[in-house]
Amino acid sequence: MIDVRNFHKTFLSPHAVRALVDVTVKIEQGEVVVVIGPSGSGKSTFLRCLNHLEAADSGHILIDGIDILNPKTDINKVRAEVGMVFQSFNLFPHKTVLENVTLAQVVVRKRSKEQAFEKAMMLLKKVGIGEKANGYPDQLSGGQQQRVAIARALAMDPKIMLFDEPTSALDPEMIGEVLDVMKTLAREGMTMVVVTHEMGFAREVADRVLFMDEGAIVEEGTPEHFFKNPEHERTRLFLSQIL
Amino acid sequence: MPMGTPTSDGTPKNTGYYVWVGVFFFIVIGVAYSLYYATLKIDYVWRWYRIPQYFLFKEQVEVRAQIQGTVHRITMKEDLVLVEVKEGDIKETYPVPAKALRVREGDFIYPGDVLGAYPRWRVGILMEGLWLTLKVSLIAIIFGVIIGLFGGLARISKNPAFKWLAITYIELIRGSPLLVQIFIWYFVLGTLINTILARHGLIQIPPLWFGVAALACFAGAYVAEIVRAGIQSIHRGQTEASRSLGMTSAQSMLHVILPQALRRILPPLAGQFISLIKDSSLLGIIAIRELTKATREVVTTSLQPFELWFLCALLYLFLTFTLSMFLQYLERRQLIT
Repeated sequence: MIDVRNFHKTFLSPHAVRALVDVTVKIEQGEVVVVIGPSGSGKSTFLRCLNHLEAADSGHILIDGIDILNPKTDINKVRAEVGMVFQSFNLFPHKTVLENVTLAQVVVRKRSKEQAFEKAMMLLKKVGIGEKANGYPDQLSGGQQQRVAIARALAMDPKIMLFDEPTSALDPEMIGEVLDVMKTLAREGMTMVVVTHEMGFAREVADRVLFMDEGAIVEEGTPEHFFKNPEHERTRLFLSQIL
Repeated sequence: MPMGTPTSDGTPKNTGYYVWVGVFFFIVIGVAYSLYYATLKIDYVWRWYRIPQYFLFKEQVEVRAQIQGTVHRITMKEDLVLVEVKEGDIKETYPVPAKALRVREGDFIYPGDVLGAYPRWRVGILMEGLWLTLKVSLIAIIFGVIIGLFGGLARISKNPAFKWLAITYIELIRGSPLLVQIFIWYFVLGTLINTILARHGLIQIPPLWFGVAALACFAGAYVAEIVRAGIQSIHRGQTEASRSLGMTSAQSMLHVILPQALRRILPPLAGQFISLIKDSSLLGIIAIRELTKATREVVTTSLQPFELWFLCALLYLFLTFTLSMFLQYLERRQLIT
């Protein structure tokens, strides 16, 4: 489903930083992969590269067999198949909750207004915000906004969902409601890549955990293996600091 | 009142507050009175009663005979009467409103005799000037916004041709005086275009449109910078969110970024529009009789500069204040989406 080969990425401004160094990883369909690591380790950059929000220096990223780094690829088509959820929600503040979820369906997927409306209401109910559909994002709590953002991404019927620290900007009491929605998604067989600091979520839901540090994947394995007997010294140090 | 009464912003008003309100009115009234007093000293006679005629006045219309002869026949036609003047083979018919008729059948008429006279309301020169100022400003604002929108988008484009063209345009227009630009539009471009049109037997473009073009291009450069700033003020996450849903950059701009940016740039746009209305007063130099030129003409003939120039200022204030209220209304209601 996702095939990353020898991927390198350097940020040039404000000063040269090697963000990703020789990242190679394969993610299968239906797999839930949780990426953890200290801040600045390149895990968010890695996720953003999967959606081509960041360009690459060298390497290949194949999404469903399509090389997204090939300039000839229609990146918008690929992005429509890959949903993304951001740390700061990034809902459209000038649109109602319902319009947030229908906009891309109509504009990108060319669905009729009625189809888009039905799909949106179905998804909003699924994430538990059906009754707030006609409100504006700033009338919702952080947790509710993030659930709308998930519904917005799901409305495109994506094959892959990327989560970039979806709970980091939330008040503690709201983290649970967002994680619950993500767990439901995982159970339904969605291919997911999740960057998070929620170790509980990783333990419970992940099929595989990737540990990144200084732009490289240091260690990967099942949560069982990862949390009980990590092989790498840096992994052990990180885990001892956060657990 | 030592405790004070609460105001709209919640802070209590103390006695000192009212003293300073008093100071404000004292200064305003004082300045106005000093001015009035000074005019008394130079024997200026205020004649406000003569001003309304420049807005609306009654004109006496006279229907005069062109030929000599007798009034042969007077026939009714709805509320008009047709006066037929005849001598030998020569016959002419003049329509006159029934109430204004001053001749009878059989009267002998010389050329230039009044057959009928009636009053008619006419719009005065200041009213015409005000209307022209409003018209020129509105057209220039509409085109200015269109130019500014595309100019602003070009300014942030990655395409060097668009980007550098936009920068050149903005810097040229913002860096040179509007007066000079109006001269160039009228005397250089206007002459070129109208000469070429004349060579091909086409109709000429009146000066008004060169004036509008100068104003629109001038405002467009400022609007472009406002639009650019508005777009850049929208958080990057909005673009990322819309692009991650598969929208093209044009779709993202149209549906997500621009609606938010337009809402945000309404206040600076209002300032720009107000500037533009006032700048239209420069168009008098290319023989467009807008409000300022109309006022100047009336001052020359009536010798009442005090009343007229105050009035002119008030009329501009009326236009700009109305516009500013309208834009504030838009901002509050968020009608622009």
